[in-house]
Amino acid sequence: MIFEWLAHLPVAPVTAVLAIPAAATIVLAVLPWYRPTAYLNVVATLATFLAALTLLAVRPEPGTYLFVDDLNIVFVVLGTFVGFTTSAFSASYIAHELEIGRLTPAYLRFYHAMYQALMFGMNLALLANNIGLMWVAIELATLSTVVMVGIYRTHEALEAAWKYFILGSVGIALALFGTILVYMAARPVIGEGHDAMVWTELSTKAAALNPELLNVAFIFLILGYGTKVGLAPLHAWLPDAHAEGPTPISAVLSGLLLNVALYAVLRFKIILAANPSAINPGPLMASLGLLSLIFAGFMLYRRRDIKRMFAYSSIEHMGLIAFAFGMGGPLANFAGLLHMMMHSLTKSAIFFAVGHISQVKGTQKIAEIRGLTESHPVLGWGLVLGVVAIAGLPPLGIFMSEFLIVTSTFAREPLLAIPLVLGLLIAFGALMLRVSEIAFGEPVGSMARVEASYVPMFSHLALVALAGIYLPSPLVAWFQNVARLLG
Amino acid sequence: MERIFLDVAHMLAGGLVLVSFMLLYQDRMFGLLNVFALHAVVLSLSVGWQAHIQGAPHLYATALIALVLKALIIPVALHRVVIKLGIHRTIETVGGIGPTMLAGIGLVALSMVVMLRATAAADPLAREDLAFALAVVLLGLLMMVTRRNAVSQIVGFMSLENGLILAATGAKGMPLVVEISVAFSVLVAFIVIGVFLFRIRERFDTVDVQALDDFRGERR
Repeated sequence: MIFEWLAHLPVAPVTAVLAIPAAATIVLAVLPWYRPTAYLNVVATLATFLAALTLLAVRPEPGTYLFVDDLNIVFVVLGTFVGFTTSAFSASYIAHELEIGRLTPAYLRFYHAMYQALMFGMNLALLANNIGLMWVAIELATLSTVVMVGIYRTHEALEAAWKYFILGSVGIALALFGTILVYMAARPVIGEGHDAMVWTELSTKAAALNPELLNVAFIFLILGYGTKVGLAPLHAWLPDAHAEGPTPISAVLSGLLLNVALYAVLRFKIILAANPSAINPGPLMASLGLLSLIFAGFMLYRRRDIKRMFAYSSIEHMGLIAFAFGMGGPLANFAGLLHMMMHSLTKSAIFFAVGHISQVKGTQKIAEIRGLTESHPVLGWGLVLGVVAIAGLPPLGIFMSEFLIVTSTFAREPLLAIPLVLGLLIAFGALMLRVSEIAFGEPVGSMARVEASYVPMFSHLALVALAGIYLPSPLVAWFQNVARLLG
Repeated sequence: MERIFLDVAHMLAGGLVLVSFMLLYQDRMFGLLNVFALHAVVLSLSVGWQAHIQGAPHLYATALIALVLKALIIPVALHRVVIKLGIHRTIETVGGIGPTMLAGIGLVALSMVVMLRATAAADPLAREDLAFALAVVLLGLLMMVTRRNAVSQIVGFMSLENGLILAATGAKGMPLVVEISVAFSVLVAFIVIGVFLFRIRERFDTVDVQALDDFRGERR
């Protein structure tokens, strides 16, 4: 009944998911009032999320430029949801930034426009059926976050934005070279023109593509998009960009943009996996992922800046997800997908808490934040809950996904399980050490009341807690289906 | 006739690699910008020739964009920026010119080995074009690594993008979308970079990226 009604909507949901943020970018860039625009930002992201939900019910036929399948819809729904809650957090966050004068109304207008541009870029990258179009969309998303990272114009923010810009552009450039090589590989089989860049064409004819060219292309693609995922030797931009930009941007970077880049890698992995003579992309992804996991685990111990610490934790978890997808197979892929979803929700919830904490305390230095559960009980316990979740303690959602990853590794490659578990334990220790310093003991610094909305943070944490106890069977069936698709 | 077509295409693509080498050892700001303009001219000639032999008129547009944007507008604008910031002094290179050139030769050899082997089945035109393009991309990367000055890093990045355009035009029949987006991205990138340069200047009174490193976010 409702499906029939949805099918007769005047605007197709796919168009709406892209058109709403695109229109909002222009509107928010033009409107001068800064308080109503913060709410308008929330309304626009909510509308995008609702449009993305309708995609679950009505699935359009794949076109030349856009398509929806079981894989990208997971990313779209998750992305628009986190985008929506983050914009709600952002509305309460920026009110405080305006009061203390770190942002001016003119910058704020720019900030909101760029937020919507980022949403547009990410949704386009996920829905694109054309490898060239996807590349353009990821470049757009990168540029919009670069300017947002530099928005405070402090020394550190400028350094972070410059580093992010240079490393991000080089990564994107390498990814374009890989994209051109994929086209070259597909041209003799599919023919010249648009068709040789279309996902649905590429994946059905993957077995016939030139394997040598695909191999070289995948190296460029994993280095290029891997830079954006933040995999270990290529991660240098990530901690700076997270630490120096506004906290809502840290939340969307960790929660969404890293996933989008990973999605791009996964798409190309599917093509390579379907070609019998090409290299197996799995071991490459798994080893980069494992390296990131262990490296970030050690780096977590030496952090003195709270946002930088959680940025390293993001590198750790992206490494773990890349490892799971690299292992492949129905169970590891399922665990990877679940972990990606849980990590996005938890990490953005943590950044919501961290944003309020740094505003109240007026600092991001861990040494100057103490005894949070006494001075600000709700905020403090919220952070503790978030860190307990991200460290992988039962019964929360991340425990389940990490448990699945570890057990499937033990079953298939017992030797790899040793460094994997070691990396997880190292990171666990570091997080517990730091959070006990922050949350317990004698309160230090400002005791001012928090002018914040806790709804976004606790709604994310509630979802994570729920997922740890009970996963609805339609969701499980859906994820199993996607896991099979990933091979 | 076929033979001549191929030879001219190779000569132009090879010329681009050569100009990339020239970029590597420029130690003066204006010299660097002039050589970059030459790089863009050689690129647009190469793309124009590809348009001619492939019979693909849309590639002429790409050649024109490269000529106008990268050989004229961007070098002139960067010239002005350099004068305005007063940084027309010598550029320091990390590790000296000799080792950098040797590394560059190694990278060209690497790209030949990789691409010629990987594209054994493709037609000879696209094959060697791709090998040259990869060489230009890698030399651009090398330049970005060896320079500390923000302006010369930008030049390195743009020479890298020239290599990408060479690769895209060599891939016969690749849709126009990509070329336009590359050109467009250079433009956007340039705007962003321009904003950054002025912001960096405003904060540090220098565009030496080394100075930025002193502001690590993790001092106690």
